[in-house]
Amino acid sequence: MKGLSKGRWSESALWVSSLIEKLWGRAEDIAPSPSETASPSRSFMKKKTIGRWKESAIKAFFFTNGVLAIIFLIGIFAVLLSTAIPAFKEIPLKEFFGNRTWDPTSPEKAQYGLLSMIVSTLICTTGALLVAIPIGLGVAAYLSDVAHWRVREIIKPIVEILAGIPSVVTGFLGIVLFGPVIAKIFHTGHGLNAVNGSFLLAIMALPTIISISEDSLNAVPSAYTEASLALGGSRWQTLVRVKIPAALSGIIASFMLGLGRAIGETMTVLMATGNARAFPHGFLESVRTMTANIAIELGEVPYYTTHYYALFAIGLVLFIMTFIVNLIADVILNKYQQREL
Amino acid sequence: MKKLIATITFGLAVMAMALLAAPAQKSKMLQIKGSDTMVNLVQILAEEYMAKNPGTALAVLGGGSGTGITAIINQTCDIANHSREWRQKEIDQAWEKGVQPRFFVVAVDGLSMIVNEKNILEKLTMAELGAIYRGEIKNWKALGGPDKAVSLYGRQSNSGTYVFMQEHVLGNKNYSTDMKEMNGNAQIIEGVLQDEGGVGYVGVGYLYDKDGKIRKGLKVLNVAKDAKSQAYSPVDKAAVDSGNYPVARPLYQATNGKPGAAVATFLAFETGPEGQMIVEREGFFTIGAKHKEQNEKNLR
Repeated sequence: MKGLSKGRWSESALWVSSLIEKLWGRAEDIAPSPSETASPSRSFMKKKTIGRWKESAIKAFFFTNGVLAIIFLIGIFAVLLSTAIPAFKEIPLKEFFGNRTWDPTSPEKAQYGLLSMIVSTLICTTGALLVAIPIGLGVAAYLSDVAHWRVREIIKPIVEILAGIPSVVTGFLGIVLFGPVIAKIFHTGHGLNAVNGSFLLAIMALPTIISISEDSLNAVPSAYTEASLALGGSRWQTLVRVKIPAALSGIIASFMLGLGRAIGETMTVLMATGNARAFPHGFLESVRTMTANIAIELGEVPYYTTHYYALFAIGLVLFIMTFIVNLIADVILNKYQQREL
Repeated sequence: MKKLIATITFGLAVMAMALLAAPAQKSKMLQIKGSDTMVNLVQILAEEYMAKNPGTALAVLGGGSGTGITAIINQTCDIANHSREWRQKEIDQAWEKGVQPRFFVVAVDGLSMIVNEKNILEKLTMAELGAIYRGEIKNWKALGGPDKAVSLYGRQSNSGTYVFMQEHVLGNKNYSTDMKEMNGNAQIIEGVLQDEGGVGYVGVGYLYDKDGKIRKGLKVLNVAKDAKSQAYSPVDKAAVDSGNYPVARPLYQATNGKPGAAVATFLAFETGPEGQMIVEREGFFTIGAKHKEQNEKNLR
């Protein structure tokens, strides 16, 4: 979980640049300087050179690994961009973002309007955050401040296991368990709607929110807590007025990362939200998210057609959305880590 | 460290063995892919065929008719299941890639219109069905049913059933955007079972439970060609055979060119008396003389 809480972006960039510097410097070191050749012990020299060679080889290995991640990211982005751009040659931007109807296989007139799906995605993720934020923050506060350490030792791994549940299993739960319950509570006839999707996405976003929030609550210097308690604050006051505000940037970052998870999730919403293409007017309507639409249609789409390119264009929109969310999360987290230092 | 290296070496060795073993197996394993309506039926046909012919191996996958057709065009499967006819565009695409599709009819399906058992309606005409799925009729009251909103269940656009409905029932018009698009026949049935205002379309083989009775809580509507005609049920074999049931359709399999020996024997099994008995047992209908003739011609 530690890895998650770090500012991956800027940190890896920093790491890479420092590595380049070191490797560069190393190469100069290895070149035999006159003083070294004059060294009396040859075998010692040899050992040292091999040692150095080995070290720089290992460094080069890790450097390649670090760079690979960046290359992959750039590669994915390039492929996405190059496959998405042809779509905009045939679909005007105004239709793509302004039209409510998506029906590329229509026998009447193919329509490529993304608006309904963007709104559906936003409805589902907003709903998910409305559920996940209070619960996640509550669990994090409980784990860091209230729970006995034994309880914490049990609950923390369980929360982390929650993160490992395959999304298709969560989706199945949505169909057989949440669906009928939601239908009963809201009298909607069926439970395949945005509420269902929101609940499931909340479950999937919870582990991220809990882990990172708890980490940042734990990172609040104990002096803060002690000072508050010494001034006569109750534990509740200490938690709400001192610890949570002190850890706020980490907590907000955890919300953003949870949000990123919810936006990109596919299988769960595909199974549980009904996938109706209509423009949603509320939480109780069936919705089709962007991710679900790509999953539904990409398997069958004829390659190199407008429809095909349009699906990649949706992918690009999704990529940009999650990128922005993750970027905001990282910026906030970085700020918080710098303050800690 | 040594232990780690040993583990990695072992892992690599296992992977290498798996890779070496895979092609040997692949040459015998027949891949069948496509229609979700047909996947259960073909799976059972394949299982019985494998039990009778030891040493044969068939893998059956769903994914929708469109997925199967794409797979055979890209030559990633040996047989494609499809519950709709090929579009001209797909045939052209196949020829472009050097694939010469041959079609076989393995069963006949009475596409069944289902509602919740609480719905008092018994029958619908094709025009009414079209209007319902186009989103023109939004309340069951308009059809003499209860005052309840119509809740549409359908398939996704990669489904042959989706396309068949659009062509034959909706009159090539758009589906209502309010239709919930489900992953498969079983999901549509689950939806309609729970939803009092629900209506859905599924392959006739999906109507039955384990004991061969129509699923509890489900009502299968009779369908009439028009207001003047009599309405027939999709479970009525005579009505489907005679063409009186208006939304009956053949279920196809496609191969690339003349089927090879392995594929041909399986196709012969499916369309032969044993295979057709299984087709009937699974709730679908056997093929008629015309289709039989076409199959035999294509096998040669």
